[in-house]
Amino acid sequence: MRILTPWERGLLAIFLVTLVLNLVFVPEFLTLRNQINLFQLSIEKIIVALIMALIIINAEIDLSVASVMGLSAAIFGYLVSIGVDGRFAIMACLAAGLLAGLVNAFLSARLGIPSLVVTLAMLIGFRGLARVLVKDNSLGDFPTWFTDLGQKGFLGPIPLSLWIFVILLVVFGVLLHRTTFGRQVFIIGTSADVARFSGLNVARVKTQLFLMSGLVSAFAGLLYAARLGSVRGDSGVGFELDIITMVLMGGVSIFGGKGSMTGVVLSILIILNLRNGMGLMNITGHMQTGVIGLLLIGSVLLPNIVSGLRGRRETS
Amino acid sequence: MRQQFARISPHSLRLLALLLALLATILFFASQIDGYLSPRMFNRITTSAAVVLPVAVGQAIVIMTRNIDLSVGSIMGVVAYMTGQMLAVLPELHPVLVVLACLGLGAVAGAINGVLIAWGRVPSIIVTLGTLALFRSFLVEWSDAKTITTASLPAWLVELPSAVAFSVGALDIRVTVVIALAACLLMGLILARFRPARRLYAIGSNPDAARMAGINAPLVTFLAFVACGALAGLSGFIFLAKFGNITVVAGLGFELKSIAAVVVGGVSIMGGSGSMLGVLMGALLVDTIDNSLTRWAVVSEFWRDALLGMLIMAAVTVDTLANRSLERLRAAKGGEQ
Repeated sequence: MRILTPWERGLLAIFLVTLVLNLVFVPEFLTLRNQINLFQLSIEKIIVALIMALIIINAEIDLSVASVMGLSAAIFGYLVSIGVDGRFAIMACLAAGLLAGLVNAFLSARLGIPSLVVTLAMLIGFRGLARVLVKDNSLGDFPTWFTDLGQKGFLGPIPLSLWIFVILLVVFGVLLHRTTFGRQVFIIGTSADVARFSGLNVARVKTQLFLMSGLVSAFAGLLYAARLGSVRGDSGVGFELDIITMVLMGGVSIFGGKGSMTGVVLSILIILNLRNGMGLMNITGHMQTGVIGLLLIGSVLLPNIVSGLRGRRETS
Repeated sequence: MRQQFARISPHSLRLLALLLALLATILFFASQIDGYLSPRMFNRITTSAAVVLPVAVGQAIVIMTRNIDLSVGSIMGVVAYMTGQMLAVLPELHPVLVVLACLGLGAVAGAINGVLIAWGRVPSIIVTLGTLALFRSFLVEWSDAKTITTASLPAWLVELPSAVAFSVGALDIRVTVVIALAACLLMGLILARFRPARRLYAIGSNPDAARMAGINAPLVTFLAFVACGALAGLSGFIFLAKFGNITVVAGLGFELKSIAAVVVGGVSIMGGSGSMLGVLMGALLVDTIDNSLTRWAVVSEFWRDALLGMLIMAAVTVDTLANRSLERLRAAKGGEQ
């Protein structure tokens, strides 16, 4: 077992504090129902956060994930509403996700346009396409098996999406920390030039990551549609903020090259516990988002201040 | 001929291309929509562009320093709302003071961003993604679910959007348009003629070199964000005047709209280049397309965002490819010498 990094130890401490606070102040916190609810309410975000961690470690960013989610949900809603079989609709959504990832990959990895710009444009573009499909409507009437998968327990009381999160967590954790591909992600994230001169196919690794991101986001969009039972043009708007916060608070460097799945999972647990506790204490969603925004800035500012003070002490 | 063509600077070439794109867009819609080339449509587009132009100018300044400000939409909302609230209490306030208050309020918000980015050394995308949420949740809490309505605003502000500054033939130039143009022109003059302002470009094109040349990079970055906040405040003022009814979602999405205008206007997202004339044309082009699509029967207005995204992407792609071939051309020339 690897010893936790200082950052991860700090996260663990914060997580334990939020856990204790929730246990003390929120009576219904430790029920199985609430624990499932805690994950279920943000399940799409935490699934996408896993692949986002790889992308940011690779020194790229994908701001379009929430729009790909929305687009995928919209495609499903649209296809079902015109009478297409649910299973084919799912295939179409996943294909659309791959295509979205391919567009991002082509423009950023092949043409060399910064992924920040590409995915920002696609954040608008994909969301726009979702609006084209759904217009001002709310599309529902999904097959029961589909909504059951999103809302009911699967193999016991735990819903399918939570199982999928656990599986993807293991898959991406192993991929990042135990495979050659994962090593390449870190090396490219540290210095793309060095990686290129060492003979790594930088564009291919980046392309694969964006494809995964598109696919996972589209899948998360389907889970969202299944959980809520209906789709609107603005499904999932603004989710990228929460997702990126989860990753950065987990100790992943925005400049790439640094980070771990352990950190990301701890940060996810902290954010979920905070949101759950605040929700049960009747703090509004907007206020919660504000707190998350504060956490996002603080998680990068704090280490900077600490290292700044340390540097000053050494020079004096 | 070829040599003459090469003598035009890449920047002028870009502006020329933008102008042609704008003309082509107008001609295209004129052939599609009945009565398109009318004073009414002109007003619709110019007053709409007047809202986004100041904040786009601010965004351009920030992007020139190789940063980004995603919080400007929330700043606009906060400024529009709080100014509306202030005017309900103090309706006698002089218009100039109101505009100054908007600039000041925006500058304070920009200063919060600036401190965290310049001296806290937190990347601008993280800070402003955070303050995008923070400023908005502040507004939601502050507003207590109340709405600002035109009824509580003084008469001069309600009449401002339809006030005409001067007319060119049949075309009226509205006062809000003049305010926005003045902000753009002033910033353009400062960037071109005021020597310290060149430091913005220096930091954006090569931060390390700028630091070695003795430029106080954190200070310049901080000031860029303060200016951006103030200009977002000005946009908030024009937004308040134009719409009158302000809810907590005021200004939502303007971060993307301003970035669109800036990027389409030829300001490099990698920092170090760009002009206010480009930003002006970018804002006009984006708003022309935006306003014309709602009138065009062939596609539904729901296509607006999808097309906006594609437009930004197209502009950036063309820019990147053009720059690359230009570099190759320069490298080839260097080889000959």
